[in-house]
Amino acid sequence: MAMRAALRCLSANFSPRLPQLSSPAQVSATQLLWRSCSRRTLSTTPAPNTALKFTEKHEWVQVEGGISTVGISSYAQEALGDVVYCGLPEVGQRFEKMEEFGALESVKAASELYSPLTGEVTEINTELAENPGLVNKACYADGWLIKMTIEKPEELDELMDQAAYDKFIKSLEE
Amino acid sequence: MMWARLIVGAGGSGVGLRASRGGLQRVAGAACAGRRQQQRRASSTEAALRKTPLFDFHKEHGGKMVEFAGWSMPVQYRDSHLASHVHTREHCSIFDVSHMLQTKVHGKDRVKFMESLVVADVEELKDNQGTLSLFTNEKGGIIDDLIVTKTDQGYLYVVSNAGCADKDSAHMKARLAELKAAGLDVELEFLDEALIALQGPSASQVLQKGLKDDLSKLTFMTSTLASVFGVPDCRVTRCGYTGEDGVEISVPRSRIVELTEKLLTNSEVKLAGLGARDSLRLEAGLCLYGNDIDESTTPVEASLVWTIGKRRRQTKDFPGADIVIPQIKAKTARKRVGLVSTGPPVRQHTAILSPDGQVIGEVTSGCPSPCLKKNIAMGYVDATFAKNGTAIQVEIRKKTQPATVSKMPFVPTNYFFG
Repeated sequence: MAMRAALRCLSANFSPRLPQLSSPAQVSATQLLWRSCSRRTLSTTPAPNTALKFTEKHEWVQVEGGISTVGISSYAQEALGDVVYCGLPEVGQRFEKMEEFGALESVKAASELYSPLTGEVTEINTELAENPGLVNKACYADGWLIKMTIEKPEELDELMDQAAYDKFIKSLEE
Repeated sequence: MMWARLIVGAGGSGVGLRASRGGLQRVAGAACAGRRQQQRRASSTEAALRKTPLFDFHKEHGGKMVEFAGWSMPVQYRDSHLASHVHTREHCSIFDVSHMLQTKVHGKDRVKFMESLVVADVEELKDNQGTLSLFTNEKGGIIDDLIVTKTDQGYLYVVSNAGCADKDSAHMKARLAELKAAGLDVELEFLDEALIALQGPSASQVLQKGLKDDLSKLTFMTSTLASVFGVPDCRVTRCGYTGEDGVEISVPRSRIVELTEKLLTNSEVKLAGLGARDSLRLEAGLCLYGNDIDESTTPVEASLVWTIGKRRRQTKDFPGADIVIPQIKAKTARKRVGLVSTGPPVRQHTAILSPDGQVIGEVTSGCPSPCLKKNIAMGYVDATFAKNGTAIQVEIRKKTQPATVSKMPFVPTNYFFG
């Protein structure tokens, strides 16, 4: 079964990819989000509680209804390359902030994932077992990784907002 | 997310993704591992890095430059690593391998000189035939791997790894001084030429359009001087590091951009970087120096016995022969083998365990195979577990996963034997 899943992931990666932005740092993640998520109503200012927050390890968090959704940034997926395997935790596992909760793997690299918040996993993106390439194709939408509870809401304040993250990435490239 | 630890081979540490010493079609098992390396943006370090004559060309073509063995090299271009890997297996790709060390050995005692350093029977090579060989040290450890070609132009043509260039040249110069003092006739010439590899099933068809000579006469591991697409004085050698048919072309620096551009006008051809090069060579079962072989591994442990010439086993006159030759019969405690598994990818330094959980070895190279859709790896195991088909385990992120010892190459090679 795992084998079949792996097969599909790979073939998914061979299919034509979305046009690559040559310099992801120059493009705000929000723009990408809007582009890849057609069902959202268009709005230039997302409601504060649904705005993305970022870690220095390139995970993003979005809070909705007391639950956080976690993924990786466009900058990170671009650096990693075609994701061929997603190692995700099980529902019910609890993680401290910055604790390792899984890993994403491309042909060339393995990248550990770190929990942006303290909480318990309530859902994992099961689509990724069959189609890990979603992380590349739509990292802010269908390529999300896990959902988790928020035990310490104050930890959200320690994360970067979009503008701060864009600045952070620019500093990495200099 | 701790992203982008490049597993493309031994990078900045001075060992390189070497260019392949191509001929390894018989390399049966092997241990390869890649070294995890923090991917560095070239922009911060490139000032100090060496550049091949194709550096600007790479950037113009979207090459993502990374540090590799002290050089700024493209890890990939605009296409993804996977797409580039598959393109090479189905069509053909150009790899810039100008960072590798190219050396000519002149003089009437050139074969004697070379045989004093490597395990191959250079004497028995036919004119313009080459072979994969190994520089060994007095303990039988592998100093580097290389391809040596016995040209009909009065010299041997040697290509060795970029990451070992300094120690290889020092090693050769030291032996040169010794032999010259003893009155032998040898000279070394380190070349400034660029080197590209054109690899893939359509490589010969692409190249033939720019070549007067009939490529069907240039079989695997043979070499010729030729004018290629109007660029004179190229050395074309049918070898590579991907398991595919193809050539490496040594080209005067001033004409390399022109030749690469001409090759690229054929729609079969794309550029490929170090990322694809590493996954292609691993599928072909080829060793990466610094990962799968190094000065602590002998040719016998590395499952490279076939590189030791028959006559050399009798004469026992290469460095470390006293240690290496007896190992052929007595076997060694550990051996390089191939591994396959499903589930999480197996990477360098992954522990290899017996079915009952004892540590029996370590992975030296590994990646998810783009062609086979399963994980492939090389590593050294306790020789009692080295037989193909043996069930073993690997430990990935504190969890054990089943794996199987497998023969190599993992993907059938496609060399041209005429």
